[in-house]
Amino acid sequence: MSTPLLTIEDIAVELPTPRGNLRAVDHVDLSLQAGRTLGIVGESGCGKTMLSRAILQLLPKKAKLSGRVMFDGEDLVRLAPERLRRLRARELAVVFQDPMTSLNPVLTIGTQLMETIQEHLELDASAARKRSIDLLAAVGIPAPEQRLGQYPHQCSGGMRQRIAIAIALSCEPRLLIADEPTTALDVTIQAQILDLLAREQRRRHMAMIIITHDLGVVAGRADEVAVMYAGRVVERAPTQALFKRMHMPYTEALLAAIPKLDTAPHTPLPAISGRPPDPTRPLKGCSFAPRCRYAAGRCHEAKPELKSAEISGHLYACLHPIRMTEGIGA
Amino acid sequence: MLNFIVRRLLAILPVLLAVSLLTFLIASLLPGDLAMVILGDQATPENVAALRHDMGLDQPLWWRYLSWLGHVLQGDLGRSFRTGQTVLQAVSERIPVSLELMLMAEFVGLLIGVPIAIACAARAGGAFDRFMTGSAFAMLSMPSFLVAILLIYLFAVELHWLPATGYVPFTEEPLANLRFFVLPALTLALAEWPGIMRVLRSDMIATLQEDYIALAKAKGLKPSRILFVHALKPSSLTLVTVTGINIGRLLGGTLIVESIFALPGIGRLLVGAIYTRDLVILQGVVLLVACGFVIVNFIVDMLYAVLDPRIRHGHA
Repeated sequence: MSTPLLTIEDIAVELPTPRGNLRAVDHVDLSLQAGRTLGIVGESGCGKTMLSRAILQLLPKKAKLSGRVMFDGEDLVRLAPERLRRLRARELAVVFQDPMTSLNPVLTIGTQLMETIQEHLELDASAARKRSIDLLAAVGIPAPEQRLGQYPHQCSGGMRQRIAIAIALSCEPRLLIADEPTTALDVTIQAQILDLLAREQRRRHMAMIIITHDLGVVAGRADEVAVMYAGRVVERAPTQALFKRMHMPYTEALLAAIPKLDTAPHTPLPAISGRPPDPTRPLKGCSFAPRCRYAAGRCHEAKPELKSAEISGHLYACLHPIRMTEGIGA
Repeated sequence: MLNFIVRRLLAILPVLLAVSLLTFLIASLLPGDLAMVILGDQATPENVAALRHDMGLDQPLWWRYLSWLGHVLQGDLGRSFRTGQTVLQAVSERIPVSLELMLMAEFVGLLIGVPIAIACAARAGGAFDRFMTGSAFAMLSMPSFLVAILLIYLFAVELHWLPATGYVPFTEEPLANLRFFVLPALTLALAEWPGIMRVLRSDMIATLQEDYIALAKAKGLKPSRILFVHALKPSSLTLVTVTGINIGRLLGGTLIVESIFALPGIGRLLVGAIYTRDLVILQGVVLLVACGFVIVNFIVDMLYAVLDPRIRHGHA
């Protein structure tokens, strides 16, 4: 296997809070090959957004970050600010969750696109304008030329997310991080946006990290899935292997919590009971044990390490893995 | 946009009408009879009654208001019974002084306040931020007469750099005129910048938490562009409001500063009119100043629309 484009080594993020230090990301290792897609899945507060901010070096100032983010041979954590700034947009780009807040309300769409292009590519104003129009057309915006002079509030949510994607793609990045890119959108728009991302990813041969709380989002789109819980990666596998045979009860619970079309009306959704542990008070044992229906005594005593399953590339952190003989149809 | 301007202008009309009514009532409801004031203590009741009739003071209040308003609308704000000057003459003599003072004070105040606010917000909680926030507090609690005296002592008495008091019109000696305005403008500016700095700083800090600032960073824009283009514009709405209020306030003259530095501005005209019970001047000046205030606020509304396209398009 060739060297990965992105390798995250032992990343930990701590946020100081009045109640003590909050460990948002707890020693995570991940890697991603050029042109591949990694899905990071977990419920709210599991640290997936903080992990993405740690990769992008966009953590809040007071956050403490340790570990290495190796991108194409360079450690982003220790990179000089000016060097890092020049890597942005050209090498690594991001699409945020909420397109209502991620575009500047007082600048035109044209300005927000063209400033990125002109900052990083040596293009004059008219070439940057031409490129902006092409980008807007590529992400499926009708009448792109007129859009350039408009402000974000004149566009719908789906439009804005397309614009945010156009901005992210504007300098042909090699890695795109999409942080819950469809959570704030209508269901009908969600699939369109995900398909757009997948199409552009293939076309541009970008690596992509899709962060989501919805296993369904990564099912057909990611090459590999990492499930996060309480700041840690608790299961990681090639997507098909994961859906065929999940080892971690949390992954199973996440999948069960997705509403299905064929369940009878008024069936209660098997939601995961309880709450994630208080991140300022780490548990001694497995952090999912208090909510886990398989948990046994030793689960509360020792923290399970991430270890390999029989299938190569499938890792899980569980002392009591699910023994499934039948796979869930994926 | 034109629609927006017309809507705002229509909204101003009732405000101006209310302003005119209030200024009229202030002058009319003050104790004491204007005719008595003019004629003095020795006047006979017949003379007073005759003058009251001449001046229309024996008419009902609403009639007097309407006839005054009618004159005002024709540009006749009345005439001082002491100096014989019309209100417009008196104001147009003094307004250049107050206007120049206001412009210089606001300019210097913004020049000090805005860069400090941006620098503080960029590193909120840092040493510079804490020091400047503390200094702003200290400056806010200093009365302007004290600041004026300290400035006069330092720059006029000790260093002999600038004149302590006095005034020449700009048209006669521009340079001397500016020299006379430096200390009074600085006095006002030193009182203005803490407010300017505090509102802009806190708005900037809030803006810098926004997602679109994180995205601007993720786009690899230069830090200066993020601060001045992405953060400053959406943060400046309150600043514009505060500046508008300051301008409106200074338009009415600044009594203390004009008195200390012997500047013949609107503030001293007003105080003079109050002392001499020159109600026509008082009423006229208050009306003009209030109208000025309303107009400045109209301009502020227009600036909102320039700064924030959502207001321009009627979304917010």
